[in-house]
Amino acid sequence: MYVAVKGGEQAISQAHKLLAKRRRGDTAVTELSVEQINEQLPLAVDRVMTEGSIYDRELAALAIKQSAGDLVEAIFLLRAYRTTLSRLYTTDPIDTGKMQVERRISATFKDLPGGQVLGATFDYTHRLLDFKLLAEGPIETGQSASEQTSDNPADSDPLLMSRVLPMLEREALLVEEIDDGAPPADITQDAPSYPCDRSARLQSLVRGDEGFLLALGYSTQRGYGRNHPFAGEIRFGDVELCLTPDELGFTIEIGTLQVTECEMINGFSRLPEGEIKFTRGYGLAFGQSERKCMAMALVDRALQADSYDEERTSPAQQEEFVLSHCDNVEASGFVSHLKLPHYVDFQAELELLRRLQNKKSVVSTSQEKPA
Amino acid sequence: MNAATIRDGYNFAYLDEQTKRMIRRALLKAIAIPGYQVPFGGREMPMPYGWGTGGIQLTAAVIGQDDVLKVIDQGADDTTNAVSIRTFFKDLTGVKTTEKTREATLIQTRHRIPEVPLQADQILIYQVPIPEPLRFIEPSEVETRKMHALEDYGVMHVKLYEDIARYGSIATTYAYPVRVNGRYIMDPSPIPKFDNPKMDRIPALQLFGAGREKRIYAVPPYTEVLSLDFLDHPFEIQRWDETCAICGSDHSFLDEVIMDDQGTRSYICSDTDYCSQRVQQEAVA
Repeated sequence: MYVAVKGGEQAISQAHKLLAKRRRGDTAVTELSVEQINEQLPLAVDRVMTEGSIYDRELAALAIKQSAGDLVEAIFLLRAYRTTLSRLYTTDPIDTGKMQVERRISATFKDLPGGQVLGATFDYTHRLLDFKLLAEGPIETGQSASEQTSDNPADSDPLLMSRVLPMLEREALLVEEIDDGAPPADITQDAPSYPCDRSARLQSLVRGDEGFLLALGYSTQRGYGRNHPFAGEIRFGDVELCLTPDELGFTIEIGTLQVTECEMINGFSRLPEGEIKFTRGYGLAFGQSERKCMAMALVDRALQADSYDEERTSPAQQEEFVLSHCDNVEASGFVSHLKLPHYVDFQAELELLRRLQNKKSVVSTSQEKPA
Repeated sequence: MNAATIRDGYNFAYLDEQTKRMIRRALLKAIAIPGYQVPFGGREMPMPYGWGTGGIQLTAAVIGQDDVLKVIDQGADDTTNAVSIRTFFKDLTGVKTTEKTREATLIQTRHRIPEVPLQADQILIYQVPIPEPLRFIEPSEVETRKMHALEDYGVMHVKLYEDIARYGSIATTYAYPVRVNGRYIMDPSPIPKFDNPKMDRIPALQLFGAGREKRIYAVPPYTEVLSLDFLDHPFEIQRWDETCAICGSDHSFLDEVIMDDQGTRSYICSDTDYCSQRVQQEAVA
């Protein structure tokens, strides 16, 4: 029994055995391999890598398997592993302008250099359950079909494409993002303080819970901190990861990452210098994580309220509120801690409430007496 | 009805007949009170909220076998979402579809009104993301419903005035608020204000559907639709110095297209049917 004061150790051990059994399910059904998860649930893997803060498909797939599909738990597993890793080097910043693009869309221009490349997307699918997928055995995968929608046959390979927003920057229509060369914050090494630096804010948002940021981003669209967003560009593909070790003095490519980037163009504002320009929000995530990226970009812009002299009236605009609650490992940990015993504190409250009630009844009976 | 043309296992136009009846009742009320937002029991649709589920539900509720459907997004028939919605209705109704504005009996649109004037036998169905014109001034629905009931619209003019004070002119370029039949302030959906005058006293019926927000509203034929403005800052529509690179039009809404990495620009009609009709007439003449 849970209430037993002794025997906790045995209870925990039995509970873990039950969990393992539950996770495995019916042993008559083939066991799911980590490789299958990686190959066939790639979007779950992408989310776990992004919020878990490690780019490693195999480890993320393992975490999903071990967590029985509970993605917040899988993110937690990956984060807990991450803290054990030593830091050997800091890589050079990735250059998304040199991305080998698999998908790139702009909602602001009908056509632009490189065109609109839909790539693999749920967009424009009709959400009708496909009962064919219930059937076992090989299914038409569509792999023979051209994976690109572009009419140009030369476009069938990943592409290099100019980013969209710099075109508006050149015309001085858009606030510029300037790298001031300052070393970025590292929220995994230093405790946050508010107001925080943009790099710390973006790091928090990348690791932030997709659902939480989605709801906050959505709230800005419904009038709670509106920021007039346009999806200037969303791109997904491979970027090179490079390293320049001090002892070598030159750059070496150590691999590639798949990332999604969203650059949101937001409503214009009069800048302190007097110019009027469009403003912007930024989103980036590992793998193909478009919903996360777009939500992040909306919230990033909402959090720039102070820069544009906007009144901070809505939840999405409150930096401390958003950033200190967006991490699902922290949030889930603290919410779930309510399952821990609180006998002592509760006993203290119980004693006080009884005392107050008794006093009140004494008072009210003493008042009633004269009547 | 030729059942063979409809996807197996689904009713004509996807929705069941009870749901269609519920939507039609809401529509009748909406038409009776021009510009008033009627709550309705919006359903989950097989496309995401925000992608036209309101418009799709309205189209599904009014479409019949003899209708000819046109679907546009940003003025064009070939934009991805327009293609997707047209395919959906082809699949689930088997009705004839067209790209020609004049041939259509039902036109479902996102963000544009066709350049060609609409006729009495046509219905224009708008997809609406945020039906409440006061939403960005007052986020709470409880408050905005009161404001509509009391005709308490001062804040809207204050907002437009603040634009003038800050930027020298009204800075609303799309979803520009209108007053319908001298009573309700209405969101015309995010059409460019260029299209606002096309809503005023036209022979066609205009229906507006917001799926996620579960609201329907309407402008009956020949109803006055006035864009809000001030005597000293009258309502104006967008104009371009450029003309359409394809048909040469100098009085249609133009989309900007980027030609190269240096940012060279070109302009083309957003209404693709209008543009191609003009090119054809040119060829004939």
